[in-house]
Amino acid sequence: MSEAKKFLYVNRRAPYGTIYALESLEVVLIGAAFDQAVSLAFIDDGVFQLAKGQDTKGLGVKNFSPTFRALGDYGVTKFYVEKESLAERGLSEDDLMPITYEDENDGFAEKPSLIFVDRAEMARVMRDQDVVLSF
Amino acid sequence: MSTLHMVNKSPFERNAMQSCLEHTLEGDGVILFEDGVYGAVKGSAVTGLIEKKAGTVKVYVLGPDLAARGITDGRIVDGITVVDYPDFVELVTTHERTQSWL
Repeated sequence: MSEAKKFLYVNRRAPYGTIYALESLEVVLIGAAFDQAVSLAFIDDGVFQLAKGQDTKGLGVKNFSPTFRALGDYGVTKFYVEKESLAERGLSEDDLMPITYEDENDGFAEKPSLIFVDRAEMARVMRDQDVVLSF
Repeated sequence: MSTLHMVNKSPFERNAMQSCLEHTLEGDGVILFEDGVYGAVKGSAVTGLIEKKAGTVKVYVLGPDLAARGITDGRIVDGITVVDYPDFVELVTTHERTQSWL
């Protein structure tokens, strides 16, 4: 077996207006099941996917935001969130869902999955990948 | 090390080109194709975005998409290279990864 490749899924769309965000999440789950090193990036309107308090009952579509919190169990523990994209939309870190994972190398200590980076850091995160997939 | 960023949406409809340029690093390439080619035209509201990155990032535009839209090479921002399909393939192979900005 070759070594796991580093995959970054870049999310640039808000969650319910188009199917992009949900499809991205489905592909992330598939990638994680194949033991690839998967991390996520949220820039531009993609940061809206992580907003707290999403309630889609009135729309009759699935609220998939809780699924992000399950990704830690699939080894997806790095969610890079761009600070400028939050600020441009009047959001702060507190407006996002808390997302954590249990670190199996540290006595299953609960640790935050959200990593807040500025735009320049995000560019370096992107360049650090083997494969970048955009949604 | 370098990335080929691919932009196929008009910069006047979406922020794909702007966001792309803001996430480029020195040595990266950006190719504008399909409706992305409108971003390569001189004297528009977004020309400055490309000019600001001209020193560090190489920008390409796909000739057949320009021709289809009636855009002559003379209207392209100075420093942008017009390429054909084989060149596009070559660019994909000479960069370490590609990244689409949909």
